[in-house]
Amino acid sequence: MPRQTLDREIQHLQDEVLLLGSMVEQAMLNAIDTLKHRDKKAARLVYLDDERINEKRYAIENRVLILFATQQPIAHDLRLLAAILEVITELERMGDYAKGIAKIAVRISDDETPIPIREITRMGDLAVSMLHRALSAFINEDVNMAYRIPKEDDLVDDLYNQVYHKNVNAMIANPEIIDHSSYIMWVVHNIERMADRVTNICERTIFIATGELLEIDISDDEWAEEDEI
Amino acid sequence: MNLTNQQETISTHPPIAPTEKKIESRIHIGESAGTPSFESLPVKMAAIDLSVYYGKFRALKDISIEIPENKISALIGPSGCGKSTLLRSFNRMNDLVNGSRVTGQVLLNGKNIYEPGVDVVDIRQRVGMVFQRPNPFPMSIFDNVAYGPRLYGIHKKNILEEIVEGSLRKSALWDDVKDKLQQSGLALSGGQQQRLCIARAIAVEPAVILMDEPASALDPISTLKIEELMESLKEDYTIVIVTHNMQQAARVSDFTAFLMIDEDRAGWLVEFGATEQIFTNPQNEQTEQYVTGRFG
Repeated sequence: MPRQTLDREIQHLQDEVLLLGSMVEQAMLNAIDTLKHRDKKAARLVYLDDERINEKRYAIENRVLILFATQQPIAHDLRLLAAILEVITELERMGDYAKGIAKIAVRISDDETPIPIREITRMGDLAVSMLHRALSAFINEDVNMAYRIPKEDDLVDDLYNQVYHKNVNAMIANPEIIDHSSYIMWVVHNIERMADRVTNICERTIFIATGELLEIDISDDEWAEEDEI
Repeated sequence: MNLTNQQETISTHPPIAPTEKKIESRIHIGESAGTPSFESLPVKMAAIDLSVYYGKFRALKDISIEIPENKISALIGPSGCGKSTLLRSFNRMNDLVNGSRVTGQVLLNGKNIYEPGVDVVDIRQRVGMVFQRPNPFPMSIFDNVAYGPRLYGIHKKNILEEIVEGSLRKSALWDDVKDKLQQSGLALSGGQQQRLCIARAIAVEPAVILMDEPASALDPISTLKIEELMESLKEDYTIVIVTHNMQQAARVSDFTAFLMIDEDRAGWLVEFGATEQIFTNPQNEQTEQYVTGRFG
């Protein structure tokens, strides 16, 4: 059968994208865990996770560009490889969010102010679950799933808003925790952004399957968020 | 602490950007890809300061190149740059052209094939060739493949049958022809004929296979089949291919040599490197111009 080389390379790249995705999922869960346990040492390990994520992303990008140059992918192959470039960028940014949370964990590890860890953990679990299924949909080109997953972003946003309001009220009541609370805002912001980026992955799944470049309208776009605030 | 002071405290913190500015990982495109650098690979053939003349005309000028073993090396370049001449010098096919003359050396396993006393027939057995147009002999499929071995003195039926089957399997033609080995090779399709020619070339167990535009007379699907076949053949053979089709060189080869014509119309080697590097980040401006279609 012709094009075995290209088929083999594409399959390998899909495996690599799944691997990168699982590295990001783990990094995010680890980061939240270090926050929960105020564990500076473990938090610094998340920095290393991020380095590995970045390396993997560059390696995949390099491979995709070489395939563009040497294998002349067209039609479905072209859309798939172009989509992989987008998806790995999203994944790498999610890795950065995990690292951002780990950095905050280091900064506030000696601060005994309570952390809304229940909401944060729930947000993290939701975002990671969304990512996991979005990547599965990406590999299987499951358009229905790609349309469904972004809707779950509302749950993450609800939790974000809960933490936001709780934090604002706490800061008003006790200005001494403004510093700490601002860090917590960063944490939930990062998780919320991770869930947003899952939507971008879903958009690319639809692109591969249908050729349509579209933006899935999620309720928390920037303007809606601003109105709410 | 009042609120104003608290805000100042916050503003003195460095912003919590999710990334640090430190450079953590770098990849140079084309590097660290799949192909090892040539320095680390065994060399099967090499040209050293090779010039080829046809009468007074110098077709190739001072070519030095090392062909890695069990890899596919492609020769590309504009028409008349001497890539076919270079290919033919690898098994002394140029000897057949009146007035041709060679200076420099061509090494096979480290030995100069232009040394006086070298048996040209032996060289052509070890360095086989597949041509642009499929050229099966007007005889049966079996006899086409058995032709070379018979020439080299193998006549036992069972041995010939073994060689024919093995060669046809390696050239991915066995399943197509196993029930019609006595039919004429000329009755096959173009792509099948070319695979028959490849089977004929490997029947004499060469070390190197030279391919001169092996797919240019074939349809796109047959072309891709030949390319996949080359990929499997390199496990056992070193392959050098001349192609006008740059995309084919990109798809099929591990290493690519770019040749050009100088002001005297002599071909010279501009750049030889890993194909992945030549097509993503060539080191020479002229190579860049050629592979991007801006020159040649």
